[in-house]
Amino acid sequence: MDGFLNSPIGILSLTVAQALALLVPLLIGVAYMTWAERKIMAAMQLRKGPNVVGPFGLLQPFADAGKMLMKETIVPTGASRVLFIMAPMLTFILAMIAWAVIPVNEGWAIADINVGILYLFAISSLGVYGIIIAGWASNSKYAFLGALRSAAQMVSYEVSMGFVIVTVLLCVGSLNLTEIVLAQKGLWFAIPLFPMFIIFFISTLAETNRAPFDLPEGESELVAGFFVEYSAMTFALFFLGEYANMILMSSLTTILFLGGWLPPFDVAPLNWVPGPVWFILKVCFCLFVFVWVRATFPRYRYDQLMRLGWKVFLPISLVWLVLTAAALKIFGWLPA
Amino acid sequence: MIAGLAFYAFAAVLIASAVMVVTSRNPVHSVLFLILGFFNAAALFLLAGAEFLAMILVIVYVGAVAVLFLFVVMMLDIDFAQLRQGFQRYAPVGAVIGGILLLELLFVFGAWQSSGQAGVLRLNPVAGDVQNTVAIGRVLYTEYVFLFQAAGFILLVAMIGAIVLTHRDRARSKRQDITAQVTRRTQLDMASVPVGASIGQLGILRPLPPEEPKPKAVAHGHQGHDDHGHGGHGHGGHH
Repeated sequence: MDGFLNSPIGILSLTVAQALALLVPLLIGVAYMTWAERKIMAAMQLRKGPNVVGPFGLLQPFADAGKMLMKETIVPTGASRVLFIMAPMLTFILAMIAWAVIPVNEGWAIADINVGILYLFAISSLGVYGIIIAGWASNSKYAFLGALRSAAQMVSYEVSMGFVIVTVLLCVGSLNLTEIVLAQKGLWFAIPLFPMFIIFFISTLAETNRAPFDLPEGESELVAGFFVEYSAMTFALFFLGEYANMILMSSLTTILFLGGWLPPFDVAPLNWVPGPVWFILKVCFCLFVFVWVRATFPRYRYDQLMRLGWKVFLPISLVWLVLTAAALKIFGWLPA
Repeated sequence: MIAGLAFYAFAAVLIASAVMVVTSRNPVHSVLFLILGFFNAAALFLLAGAEFLAMILVIVYVGAVAVLFLFVVMMLDIDFAQLRQGFQRYAPVGAVIGGILLLELLFVFGAWQSSGQAGVLRLNPVAGDVQNTVAIGRVLYTEYVFLFQAAGFILLVAMIGAIVLTHRDRARSKRQDITAQVTRRTQLDMASVPVGASIGQLGILRPLPPEEPKPKAVAHGHQGHDDHGHGGHGHGGHH
């Protein structure tokens, strides 16, 4: 058995098994995220939400998936065919491959690489391509406007996200995600870096094109924005990609600020609970806030969005970065 | 063996996509091939053991620079046939510039002196088990700190220059003053309104529109009137 696991085929099949063990629960999570979002929003708006398909509407996601599979994929006339089909695939693949480095528990990451956080940052900044290509390839004005908005928005918010990540890295002294979590033993970074935590969370809302920053979709202005022309599975891939990205960003928030798989306090009843359970609970909390925000706030106007990104978040995160660096240096807290 | 095969695969795709950047008919496709090229270059960095550079290449070039390229190129409305017309004419100039660059590279490579132990170090660019992120940081912020800062200043100057050259403060553009809105007086006034008076006249809800500079307008009117009168008189007199 040991010999087989060390042979190239063994390593390959082990990696595939690990990837499946991560992606299958993730996709089920994505399906139930759509259900949970509708239920939570319904509760907040004093409605019932999906309650017909299955008990409490629990089979609704599968009914939706079946409907999407049965529909016809329409490619508009004048669309760039290859790119039009490629864009949703790209969105979905990018949302999946980022999970390779997420440590759900100590040593549970599929690839525990040195530059894990940079890898995640790179993948999340590539997410914009699916949207831009979709908008351009559709050969439609609404889709194109959505793509342009999205490109400007995601590039703007990446800048402050980058500074927030650098602030965390200063406190950790490593780019490895496992070490980032282990550095939070005792004190989660959400407490000493509270303003950064808030800025990061809001930036992830903008990065995933969620309300109140859902201007690329903006159904009241752009019909559906960049995916107006998509139908059936191509549309479903965008949808799955968006929700997988939400879960990914929540995991990233959990890893950077909420102590990953660590319990809040390292005391008896709390540390009996296994790490992945804590991780999933924290991710669910972040996802709940995503939905809560969507049900609460109206959409930002475009100039206000840009102002918030460049004139508010960027200066605050830059100043806080300098302050953190100075504090670490003066008090000698710099990690070795 | 696998690393070697991977190198040839990535290098081949890199060269192929570089060729496609130059030859593809649609500029948007060119940019997308450029992005593919960046990815393969990043993969080559990874194979060389430089994971930090690989990730930075993807973040900076693919995640930011190429997005802005694509942003601009997508919005261009170019007649591609017209764009191709000059190709024959400009090809020799391009070839000469390319040749000069190639010669320079050859000179640099020819003058490169490497020590006898370099061959051993080449496969293991970082001494010991120091991560190459740490290794780059150690030299970048100590030995090369002034060069690093100078590079930063050059970029800053370029950025400010771009803003100075392109920014126009249009007088008619409307801006939102968030501070004014937040600090505005929110309490309501009670006022007894005489019958028949409009809200605009009383100026309760919003200030009256600024008054026209009356004296000037009057003077203008007079002048115009006088001119007209004179002209008319003259005209009449002539007849």
